Amino acid sequence: MSLNRRQFFRKAGMVTALGLGGTFVITGLRGKVEASEYETPQQGLVAKRWAMVVDMSKFKTEEDYNRVIEACHSVHNVPDLGNPKDEIKWIWNEDYEHAFTSQNNRYMEENVKNHPFIILCNHCENPPCVRACPTEATFQRPDGIVDMDFHRCIGCRFCMAACPYGARSFNYRDPRPFIKEIDPDFPTRTLGVVEKCNFCVERLEKGLMPACVEKSKGGLIFGDLDDPKSEVRKIVSSQYTIRRKPELGTQPSVYYLVGGGDLV
Amino acid sequence: MFERALTGSRRYWTWVFVLLAVIAVGFYSYLKQYSYGLGLTGMSRDVSWGLYIAQFTFLVGVAASAVMLVLPYYLHDFKKFGKMVILGEFLAIPSVIMSMLFIIVDMGQPLRVFNVILYPSPHSMMFWDMLVLFGYLVLNIVIGWTTLGAESKGSPTPAWVKPIIYLSIPWAVSIHTVTAFLYAGLPGRHLWLSAIMAARFLASAFAAGPAILILLCLVVRKVSKFNPDPGVGAIQSLVKIVTYAMIANVFFYMLEFFTAFYSNIPEAKAPLEYLFVGLNGHTRLVPFMWTATILAFVGIGLLLLSSTRKNDKILPLALVAIIVANWIDKGMGLVIGGFIPNPFDRVTEYVITYTEIAVTLGVYAIGMLLLTILYKVAISVREQKET
Repeated sequence: MSLNRRQFFRKAGMVTALGLGGTFVITGLRGKVEASEYETPQQGLVAKRWAMVVDMSKFKTEEDYNRVIEACHSVHNVPDLGNPKDEIKWIWNEDYEHAFTSQNNRYMEENVKNHPFIILCNHCENPPCVRACPTEATFQRPDGIVDMDFHRCIGCRFCMAACPYGARSFNYRDPRPFIKEIDPDFPTRTLGVVEKCNFCVERLEKGLMPACVEKSKGGLIFGDLDDPKSEVRKIVSSQYTIRRKPELGTQPSVYYLVGGGDLV
Repeated sequence: MFERALTGSRRYWTWVFVLLAVIAVGFYSYLKQYSYGLGLTGMSRDVSWGLYIAQFTFLVGVAASAVMLVLPYYLHDFKKFGKMVILGEFLAIPSVIMSMLFIIVDMGQPLRVFNVILYPSPHSMMFWDMLVLFGYLVLNIVIGWTTLGAESKGSPTPAWVKPIIYLSIPWAVSIHTVTAFLYAGLPGRHLWLSAIMAARFLASAFAAGPAILILLCLVVRKVSKFNPDPGVGAIQSLVKIVTYAMIANVFFYMLEFFTAFYSNIPEAKAPLEYLFVGLNGHTRLVPFMWTATILAFVGIGLLLLSSTRKNDKILPLALVAIIVANWIDKGMGLVIGGFIPNPFDRVTEYVITYTEIAVTLGVYAIGMLLLTILYKVAISVREQKET
């Protein structure tokens, strides 16, 4: 068995750290950073409660779906591992029957059951993943976004068991060789951490809308649910929207507008 | 006292080296897994916990079961268990260590394990589980080592240990309760979302754990001059605990069936259907679950009848049946079944890999080595006293 330099250092490092508890010391020192360094920049978009409405009437062709998925996965360095076992995805399609498991009836026609819906992290108001996380690597921001610190995640996958929406992916192997083109503006992930949609916190900070929203041609509407004048609030309060598994009390922030036009 | 583990017969050393060899194979497999990632296991995006977490769950139960000796002996002055108690405590120590190791080998970033202490998160059941497991480990080391040390010197057990022993009784219950809470509080995982999960965990633990301990006592009796049950009926008393704990365990399981199928709620039925009849044509665990069911009933039957319970040849077989039934239920069905179907009502099955099996055997070998050393010390203290 031959080791290259990197593998050797990794293995040697593991043995040393296990012996000395080195990581504990190092991370302990690094932890002391003033909170003020992390203040939201002035030009950023701010909200009390970010939410998304998926207007299903705007998703007609396969291209409508692929455009938003591709937009997200390319800016977030989401790898394409090519098999469902190791798969990593932040936003994807799931048909109605499987996305809304408790809202089926047996008389639905195939084209209704198979109609694809856009699926992503629901950024729940009461997120079970945040409750489960033993290190606060997954946390809820004051604006409602459920974000992750990839560098703190220990890879225990308790959050994956806790999430009732299947929104989370785990890096079962090194993802970097499987990223088509690395975007230097967003960190790539390492082996052994969990990841998911982050509502583009890094773009909101710069005053930009989430990548999927930008490419959706109005199919994805993003805004502050707490603001009565926002478009998302107007839709949610006056039109018929559905959410995934509302009976679990998680209060998902992703709403699906299905009355906005012809579904199929 | 530890020096007693450093002298032994040829047979003792052969056993130690066999275990070391298994540990070496397991460690090598772990290094491979560490370098490639958990992709070398059968776990997937849908079934994100597998063999490792299942073993962790099973072993926490084995660790907790020491209380089934400690409680009658110290709280009810049940003298029959006098010679066995130390073996129970010394089974708990390696069991806790193995369960902790199974958490470590399951982690994607094991070097960051101290983040759990560095960023304590009381809202996470994992945080509490770490606290109670570590506490239980310390309690058992202190209690076991102090009582045996006093015995070795021929002095009475120091008085300060007594309160610690009493503390260890509720503590044992707590480790398995909190472990059940890891599962029982998750919305959307219907196999786990059950109020009697902790009760089921304790019942199965108090069946499987003492059953393992009895088998160990039989081995100790065979390979050494120390007899943990010199005709006082300690083993038969413990067998009764195993029997009724197992009956309670099976009863609790049937309660789950009633609730799921009488209420007719699809999400509650689906995982049980997957485990016992298969779902959407996926039946990988079905033969295992029926094996467990049959073994559970056969085991209970053999232990209930006094003619088979008191038969030296049949008793160990009945106990093995109980242990295997519990292991399949907790070490396979419970964890994997919880992920099937997935949140999209689809079935992704879990296919175990050789790497996973090798790492698992390695961890078990570490546990057995620790157990061997601890038992060796305890046995030689006792042998010295009896000769």
